[in-house]
Amino acid sequence: MSTFLQQLVNGISLGSTYAVFAMGCTLIFGVLNIVNMAQGAFFMGGAYFGLEAARLGLPAPLVLVVALIGGGLLGVVSELVIFRTLRARGGHRWMGLVASLALARMMVGLAQEVFGTQVQRYPASGVLEISWEIGGVRIQLLQVVILVVSLMLMALLAFVLQRSRTGRAIRTVAFSEDVARIVGVPVGRTILITFFLAGALAGASGMLLGNLFNVVSPFMGEQMLVKGLTVIILGGLGNVPGAVAGGFVLGLIEVFSVAYVSSSFRDAIGFGLIFFILLVKPNGLFSGFVERRA
Amino acid sequence: MVALLLSAAGAMALSGAARSETPVKIGIVQATSGGSAALYGLMQKNGAELAIEQINASGKLGDFKLVGIHQDDAGDRGQSVNIFQRLINQEKVAVILGPTLTTSAFAADPIAQKAGVPVIASSNTAPGVTDMGDHIFRTSPPEAMVFPGVLAYVKKKYAPKTAAQIYGIDDVLMKSAYAVHKKALEAEGIKIVTTESFQKGDVDYSAQITKIKAANPDLLVIGGLAEETANIVRQARQLGIPPSTIVVGANAAISTKLAELAGAAADGFTVGAGWFINYDSPKNKAFVDAYRKKYNSDPDTFAAQAFTSVEIVADAVKRAGGVSDPKKFRDAIAATKDIDANNGKFSFDDHREPVIQPKVLIMKDGKFTLASD
Repeated sequence: MSTFLQQLVNGISLGSTYAVFAMGCTLIFGVLNIVNMAQGAFFMGGAYFGLEAARLGLPAPLVLVVALIGGGLLGVVSELVIFRTLRARGGHRWMGLVASLALARMMVGLAQEVFGTQVQRYPASGVLEISWEIGGVRIQLLQVVILVVSLMLMALLAFVLQRSRTGRAIRTVAFSEDVARIVGVPVGRTILITFFLAGALAGASGMLLGNLFNVVSPFMGEQMLVKGLTVIILGGLGNVPGAVAGGFVLGLIEVFSVAYVSSSFRDAIGFGLIFFILLVKPNGLFSGFVERRA
Repeated sequence: MVALLLSAAGAMALSGAARSETPVKIGIVQATSGGSAALYGLMQKNGAELAIEQINASGKLGDFKLVGIHQDDAGDRGQSVNIFQRLINQEKVAVILGPTLTTSAFAADPIAQKAGVPVIASSNTAPGVTDMGDHIFRTSPPEAMVFPGVLAYVKKKYAPKTAAQIYGIDDVLMKSAYAVHKKALEAEGIKIVTTESFQKGDVDYSAQITKIKAANPDLLVIGGLAEETANIVRQARQLGIPPSTIVVGANAAISTKLAELAGAAADGFTVGAGWFINYDSPKNKAFVDAYRKKYNSDPDTFAAQAFTSVEIVADAVKRAGGVSDPKKFRDAIAATKDIDANNGKFSFDDHREPVIQPKVLIMKDGKFTLASD
């Protein structure tokens, strides 16, 4: 029983980093109907922004803020340089996909030059290495912190989308750019804000995962991007609560397929299950809410 | 007196004129980018280039001058193949040092074997590397040569009865290390209670470790590279695998990076090696000092083994009288015997494998130290 509960804890903490990352992916998709392949690179960028901040000795909450803002700015740059330019020139949205893939590759190359190719870790912090043993289940303070931060970011995003003026603008643009223009929503600025939010979420999840698993490397975003895309498909394209649920589902599926089947078949089982879920619910777990996306 | 001066001047002029240096091109195929492979590649590139510099400066090769040509294969075997072809066909290298990963070696080495160009690896430790052909050598002791000795030491010291294994399932080297570990454990009569695996790029090992913890083994044997091993060790201790469970790693996990990434969790980590930094010999001390001076960091076992590879090449160039006869040059490398290397006397055996005495190392306060009985 304690082993089962331990695996549950493992799955939830892995899932929370997936969920934060996937929210950003799905936000971009929901509003703009494009897949931004550079989200993985923003994730990596956020981890490095956080790493540099942590090395300067900033306290942990500020490190998170630096990663958030750093990732957000990268998102803004990608919108201004790639997506806005392509839209202005009437490029097909597939062009954005390839261009953002190119941007991701460039960023990985740049990170290799600036930070080197070796894996680095966040400076050891005594506080975050605290852990408790409750009924044979080991829970780290860091896992709790990450879960809480993830839930806070989710709540914050939900609040912004549902209650704020910006959120209403984002949802209007998501519904239709033309309608948004007619009712006087500043479309360009709203899209820019959306990119900032998505980049910030990617950056934050990079910092959280880098801390939890002790790895910051230029290549860390590549695998995450695959997970993120899987999660948003699983949760329903453009559906923010779906992305959150999908993140936890993927984290739990991965952990439990290792725990109760075999670690050698983790991806085969994980992706096999996702395949099955999609066969049953082709529009994702939350398919009923598609019309209300973002 | 005047005659003496004249003849001296003449000799100097002559030697100046005769200094038509004959280059001996050495291809250095090491990953200096591309994830965890770069950890090993950079060290070997540094070690090889340091040796080339020292040998050229020493003048012991006479008119021959070693010229290192480094190419980064980024740990990608497709690139290793292309680079091998370019180095052999266009650069006409006499010998290739590398490639970094065993996976790449199995793809690229046959090209050199076919072209009659010797290859000396300093980080390929999987079984079967030198079986590819009579031109394939290595200075890195294979896992099968090191691990049984480590296990014998661990058994004597801790008398373990059960073991858990975890290894990288998508890496040729780690898969074969796993097989070597399994065989050795069985040979020692240690029961394997659970076997887990992971994949390149994985960062979360908590599910596997939770399973291992539930099996409560006396030994945890990790078939992983340094970065992966460091994270597994750290997460294992975080998830409460007790210090009484001894963690043993693969030869390839030896890196200063291990302690850096794992921190205090790596204390007691046990591993076998062909070389280690505090090996007490004048030759090794000179090597470590020179390396620190040139690169501002400590060498690791891969730098040391690559350094030895170049010394083997230089020695063979001397004995074969150059590299113009490739057959003679290869035979000279194969005949390498009792070279004064940074880990003691170095020779190749009949299968072009290194003949050295493996050492058992234990991590203590962030440093590998020689195991005392």
